[in-house]
Amino acid sequence: MNAIITVVGKDKVGIMAGVCNTLQTVNVNILDISQTVLHNNIFTMNMLVDISCANVGYDKIVDALNDEGERLGVSIRIQREEVFDAMHKI
Amino acid sequence: MINQREILETLNMIDNQHLDIRTITMGISLRSCAHPDAKICAQRMYDKITKYAENLVKTGEDLEREMGIPIINKRISVTPIAIAAEACETEDYSIFARAMDDAAKACGVNFIGGFSALVQKGFTIGDRRLIASIPEALATTDFVCSSVNVGSTKAGINMDAVKLMGETIKRAAYITRDRDGFGCAKLVVFCNAVEDNPFMAGAFHGVGEPECAINVGVSGPGVVYNALKEVKGEPFHVVSETIKKTAFKITRMGQLMASEASKRLGAEFGIVDLSLAPTPAVGDSVARILEEMGIEVCGTHGTTAALALLNDAVKKGGVMASSSVGGLSGAFIPVSEDEGMIAAAEKGVLTLDKLEAMTCVCSVGLDMIAVPGDTSAETISAIIADEAAIGMINNKTTAVRIIPAPGKSVGDSIEMGGLLGTAPVMPVHGEGSVDFIHRGGRIPAPLNSLRN
Repeated sequence: MNAIITVVGKDKVGIMAGVCNTLQTVNVNILDISQTVLHNNIFTMNMLVDISCANVGYDKIVDALNDEGERLGVSIRIQREEVFDAMHKI
Repeated sequence: MINQREILETLNMIDNQHLDIRTITMGISLRSCAHPDAKICAQRMYDKITKYAENLVKTGEDLEREMGIPIINKRISVTPIAIAAEACETEDYSIFARAMDDAAKACGVNFIGGFSALVQKGFTIGDRRLIASIPEALATTDFVCSSVNVGSTKAGINMDAVKLMGETIKRAAYITRDRDGFGCAKLVVFCNAVEDNPFMAGAFHGVGEPECAINVGVSGPGVVYNALKEVKGEPFHVVSETIKKTAFKITRMGQLMASEASKRLGAEFGIVDLSLAPTPAVGDSVARILEEMGIEVCGTHGTTAALALLNDAVKKGGVMASSSVGGLSGAFIPVSEDEGMIAAAEKGVLTLDKLEAMTCVCSVGLDMIAVPGDTSAETISAIIADEAAIGMINNKTTAVRIIPAPGKSVGDSIEMGGLLGTAPVMPVHGEGSVDFIHRGGRIPAPLNSLRN
């Protein structure tokens, strides 16, 4: 099962590392990443991940990402890929 | 992968434009609960509702978390109680309303609909008992919603029922007078009621429906409003295209949620209701969409045309996005639940007569309207008759949910709380309709050709 992780916040060192480390801890595999920095300081990243082999439930993945987001001072959210497919693909 | 712009567009709709799933409503048939003993019948109803809907709220919350889209309400609709309880040897049907209320509380839902009767052509014994029990049922329960269908295009209008409902609404307002007549906010009088409506207060699980079905109502006035801001000054075909595209996207969310919810709950996927349902929150208003089209204040000249375009474009966009469309499907114009409507009514621009005209081109009807407490039962009946006539002639659903606010007059307003909002008391015509309403009988079904 795939999900999209969206990270938005003020750019700083270690955001990518923090998110990737968190995902490794819960055994979520990264399939694709698209990342950019808008207006010189807004870090924006979308990540396609596979959560089918995760070693914890969906709730725990959400919690782990929320905790990491708080630590990094950015917003991290995870949503099932179907949400975006439904809205943007026919 | 979906591109970044599309991902951010979706997130912006959720975060800033109030995109949400307005309701996931589980329809449950209570036809198997009939028993001559009212207590046993009520117990059976409670048991069946709580069994089927046990995981409804949890499933809704799981979906919210996984999909990242708020689901505002989880609700239940049941077989019209006048049918489900008709075998019982009791005069007072409020016992069934209490069973429904207890079941709603046990399941954690915030409304349960179906304390209803379908009397478009005439009354059965159960219908009469149910209608007589409505005021008491609404006053003694928290979450029960009631509806009565008094007319249809095929049957005409039951004017005896129209008269009775005027009296019932007055009575419901009186016995809930300590709460500004709140009971009336949970009571809808329909013409051409639909059997798979997920929205309250008019939801019930129709007799042609399966054992258990999931019906979903989407929302999104804020998303449409923001999309229209991008096409300021453009001609109407551009406006219509913009609304269609937006409605498509909104409805796809409803379709996804409805199919997931029905799979997880082991219920049939019923319908997605393509409605633009406003809330009192700023930025979630249907009136503001009309104003964005160039109407200075909702209710002035041009409002009906703007609403007609909006309603049609929402349907055109939504219908392709869902495998099964139904329910009420149209723009709602509940006055107390729409920040822009409240403002327009307070200014005196949006009047009852204009609202009546607007209901000719949208779903559903005169909704959440407060009128002076001294409005007579006959006048309320006459308002219902007018609305039912519009529905009957135009082959559409119309409804009246009106609150004769006890002790209040024009200039006052009543506070319903939560999604029900604030209703400014609107003036009604002082001239009576007493002799008209006291005729009784039936307005025959209309001709369906020679349409002009």
